[in-house]
Amino acid sequence: MTRYSAFQLLRQGFAGQTGWGEAWRDPVPKRRYDAIIIGGGGHGLATAYYLAKLHGMTNVAVLERGWIGGGNTGRNTTIVRSNYFFPESAALYDLALRLYEGLSQDLNYNIMLSQRGVVQIAHSEHQMELMARSVNAMLINGIDVELLSAEDVHREVPLLNRDPAARYPMHGGFVQRRAGIARHDAVAWGYARAANALGVDIIQNCEVTGFQWQDGRVVGVETSRGAMQAGAVGLAVAGHSGVLAAKAGFKLPIQSYALQAMVSEPVKPVLDTVILSGATGIYCSQSDKGELVFGAGLDLYPSYAQRGGLPTGQTIVAALLDMMPAFRSLKLLRQWAGIVDVCWDYSPLIGPSPVAGLYLNCGWGTGGFKAIPAGGWLLAHNMATGRHHPISEPFDLHRFTTGRLIDEAAGAGIAH
Amino acid sequence: MLLLPCPHCGLRDEPEFSFGGEPAIRPVPASTVDDATWADYVYLRQNEKGAHREIWCHSGGCGQWFVLTRDTVTHAVIAP
Repeated sequence: MTRYSAFQLLRQGFAGQTGWGEAWRDPVPKRRYDAIIIGGGGHGLATAYYLAKLHGMTNVAVLERGWIGGGNTGRNTTIVRSNYFFPESAALYDLALRLYEGLSQDLNYNIMLSQRGVVQIAHSEHQMELMARSVNAMLINGIDVELLSAEDVHREVPLLNRDPAARYPMHGGFVQRRAGIARHDAVAWGYARAANALGVDIIQNCEVTGFQWQDGRVVGVETSRGAMQAGAVGLAVAGHSGVLAAKAGFKLPIQSYALQAMVSEPVKPVLDTVILSGATGIYCSQSDKGELVFGAGLDLYPSYAQRGGLPTGQTIVAALLDMMPAFRSLKLLRQWAGIVDVCWDYSPLIGPSPVAGLYLNCGWGTGGFKAIPAGGWLLAHNMATGRHHPISEPFDLHRFTTGRLIDEAAGAGIAH
Repeated sequence: MLLLPCPHCGLRDEPEFSFGGEPAIRPVPASTVDDATWADYVYLRQNEKGAHREIWCHSGGCGQWFVLTRDTVTHAVIAP
């Protein structure tokens, strides 16, 4: 593998860009691995990387039905933040954000992390009061957030609608300055390249069709490219967790929905932060190419179709235009959707599954991208040691039997 | 846009309806049901890819609750 550096760039420039080499191999699947991860998105690739890097397990395969990063990793709106209400969530998402902060160096791959801040907007006095409560809870959790007055928000985002007669008038907000956006494809590619360099096999076009069993324990997988044995199997398949769980013979507290996202035509810089509104569900940022990238709520019925419906799409656009009237003159360039697995408490499932030998990293709902480094880190810990990490323990599947939910849907009162 | 068959009003547009979950039978009496059975009823879902039994309410219309089978990939209504 060629290490990326300014010197290498110069050298390859003189060599006519002929010496770069492949970023990862296209290996023939082996018959036996110490660990197999199903799902070659960000979470699966990160799991493989941390298994190899932190736990010394290099006989590892990532199995991907399509191509790596072709699912939700390449479909999200690239926002990273850790402004969560409950201590368990703050610990989880801030682990991810801290890993993101060092990730370009760690992977030797530029993930284009831009800590431009995330400004969340309140639309009424009552929402401001609840926001003050949330901000205090986050500060106690050790998350760096600041409450903003209407004047402050106006300074941060001059294009926001200040008309008091607006459907959603602006009353203030809060900001997390360490939050921002990262290049989503680069996260998948960076983890894939770094995991490959440590010996991990990344096997694309390889669909898992079933599991191999011994004494009630999962000991391998059946795939479209043959059977493979594994010491431990990890499930990181985002919108298909229920499908794989059914193959393993159990059900999950998950319902799958389509989440839409859109981009406008590219324009000159107009928005240098990320805006987010709990009331409308809107989140919007401007990409490096100049497109406005935005989305909001789910299409509220179960779906495995990677496309969204028009009624929800119209609601999203209408909400954005009410908040940012200047965007009315823009044309919509593209609209798409990803399938997200939503748990009832809007928190993920990490840890052992109901069957031995199989571990879960799923149920991230609408916020999986921001959590990729932590999801991989924690699933790797579970698979390598067979035990929870203290940060993943509260997110065990068992919480749906004990009733100890981590209700971020109600807690943070925000779109995820 | 989904076009759903309300038993009273016929085919109507998606925004008139609310999704009401998967049909499930509440275990009774609740006071004697163990935690795992109760969790199964309250939280666990089939969440099928393909033919999916589900409850809808014509909430923006006549208010009728009804069950239908819908394909979660094509969104076609398979059986009312």
